[in-house]
Amino acid sequence: MMETSRRRFLQMAGIAVVGFTATPVLDAFAAEHGGHEAVPSVKPGPDGLKAKQWAMVIDTRKIKSAKDLEPMIEACHKIHNVPTFTDKHHEIKWIWHEEYKHAFPSDVAKFMDERLEHVPFPVLCNHCENPPCVRACPTKATFKRPSDGIVMMDFHRCIGCRFCMAACPYGARSFNFRDPRPFIKETNKEFPTRMKGVVEKCNFCSELLAIGKQPACVEASNGILTFGDLYDSESEVRKLLKENFTIRRKQNLGTEPSVYYIV
Amino acid sequence: MLELAIQGSKKYFGWIIALLVVIGMAFGIYRLQLDFGLGITGMSRDVSWGFYIAQFTFLVGVAAGGVMVVTPYYLHHYKAFGKITILGEFLAIAAITMCLLFILVDLGQPMRMFNVLLYPTPNSVLFWDMIVLNGYLFLNIVIGWNVLEAERNQTHYPMWLKPLIYLSIPWAVGIHTVTAYLYCGLPGRGFWLTAILAPRFLSSAFAAGPALLILLCLFIRKVTKFDPGREQIQSLAKIVAYAICLNVFFFLCEVFVVFYSQIPEHMDHLKYLFIGLHGHGNLVGWMWTSMFLMLAGIILLVNPYTRKNETSLAIGCFVIFAGTWIDKGLGMISGGFVPSPLHHVTEYAPTLPEIGITLGVYAAGFLVLTLLFKMAIGVKEEVRA
Repeated sequence: MMETSRRRFLQMAGIAVVGFTATPVLDAFAAEHGGHEAVPSVKPGPDGLKAKQWAMVIDTRKIKSAKDLEPMIEACHKIHNVPTFTDKHHEIKWIWHEEYKHAFPSDVAKFMDERLEHVPFPVLCNHCENPPCVRACPTKATFKRPSDGIVMMDFHRCIGCRFCMAACPYGARSFNFRDPRPFIKETNKEFPTRMKGVVEKCNFCSELLAIGKQPACVEASNGILTFGDLYDSESEVRKLLKENFTIRRKQNLGTEPSVYYIV
Repeated sequence: MLELAIQGSKKYFGWIIALLVVIGMAFGIYRLQLDFGLGITGMSRDVSWGFYIAQFTFLVGVAAGGVMVVTPYYLHHYKAFGKITILGEFLAIAAITMCLLFILVDLGQPMRMFNVLLYPTPNSVLFWDMIVLNGYLFLNIVIGWNVLEAERNQTHYPMWLKPLIYLSIPWAVGIHTVTAYLYCGLPGRGFWLTAILAPRFLSSAFAAGPALLILLCLFIRKVTKFDPGREQIQSLAKIVAYAICLNVFFFLCEVFVVFYSQIPEHMDHLKYLFIGLHGHGNLVGWMWTSMFLMLAGIILLVNPYTRKNETSLAIGCFVIFAGTWIDKGLGMISGGFVPSPLHHVTEYAPTLPEIGITLGVYAAGFLVLTLLFKMAIGVKEEVRA
């Protein structure tokens, strides 16, 4: 009895790590939807995708305008309950686009390829192999998952000190300056909403990887984004890296970003 | 000894009540912040630390400045400072109290603050900052209390205190070094990414802390029967003079490296602060004022005639305190966030509620300072009588 209740507790705690509401609540929702849907889990399920270090290759040659990026941004923000604020100061974003000069501010040429100069670059958390945000966090609320290299957030442990935001050289992190819930258009019950006072960012859709699905932005990208294991020489991303010249944001800082750009 | 802090004139209690009123109002505003979130401040996604963290940084310096009276007395047996070490230690206690309160009001989820203890993380500088700040607070309370009690009983303080006193000296250097390490170890923040940051912090601390102490000594002489002493004040003034010169020198070292190397990521922040960037320059006036004040302070404190005259000395100490406050309490933190790592210029200015809460924390610090100083001076008056 003791053993079971402890195991149960550990399971619950594990679920809480990524911030899912308690299992009974999820069960209730599952029942509401006919009870067939899989309950999201943090641990990869039997069909879960595995990697040593997840990585992304962004083929910017396939981007014509910001319109091409809208579906992936919308897909991400919708399933992750990212609120829409009118006040720029309180903005929360997991994936968005920047001009080249902002995405790569230290590598700007005076005269450059016109396409590159104006094409919108998708930017998101780089899931660095050597993440400065993880180094800075005083509570391990943000951590690098050893199993697949995703830089994760524990929304329930974060004390909101924002040291990680100062440490991130990519501006990938957002802080909940106020309660985000009233500003979520349509709440996805399968992913937790956040409370005020905590930091959040892209999680490479760890909840989808766990059930064998690709990240939402990749699915919606129409081939612009490719996702795979950086250390599997047969993976899609490695094939692209082998065949194309790629750049990463602020490589000189030694953070080893896992997001590569074909330019 | 605490009873000494609750006896006093009408003016004394008037001051205490005034501080309590400010604290009470600030607490009301803080409840609004707790309810709404940090959105009631001027902070943003790009400038994610503001006034609170800047005040915290400045006040760590004031706290560390206390060591400038402790070291000459305990390490070099400079007897004259024996009279005022307690003031330095009690000033440090008040300053650290404010530091801890500023961190608290800056947290998005303050009720989770003990997560820092529940999940100790030695790779985070914030973890070490928590240790050194609380350690310094503890050291100063233990040392200050025992030394003052010994003075009251006209005995020597207990011998077990000696190692703690010696420990408190490098510890004072430690609190401001670790606080500088919060900033200077972050990749992609060119303004802070400099090895001179900790020395700069320390030099400005050793100017601002003792400058405030001089002003407090002059005030104490005026309103109480205790005279901290002319020699003591003059010795402190020389310390402030050296420290403010070093502070400006270190700053100029930074300016040279940044502008001779011409690396944009390092230049942009200083440009933003002193001439404005892409048409944004909220802090330009402030920064030049800060430079002017520090220079004026150097002239007033290095020149023996103006240093020895206590009126011009007081003016000198005031402008140095104000100059270093602008430098650290306004420019140092915002300056590091503008432009952002993506080279966007988002400016920051504190909001009224933010300033209200800040004033409340300062009032709480002054309340601690008033009570402690009242106690210390009470003992001194008692012993003299």
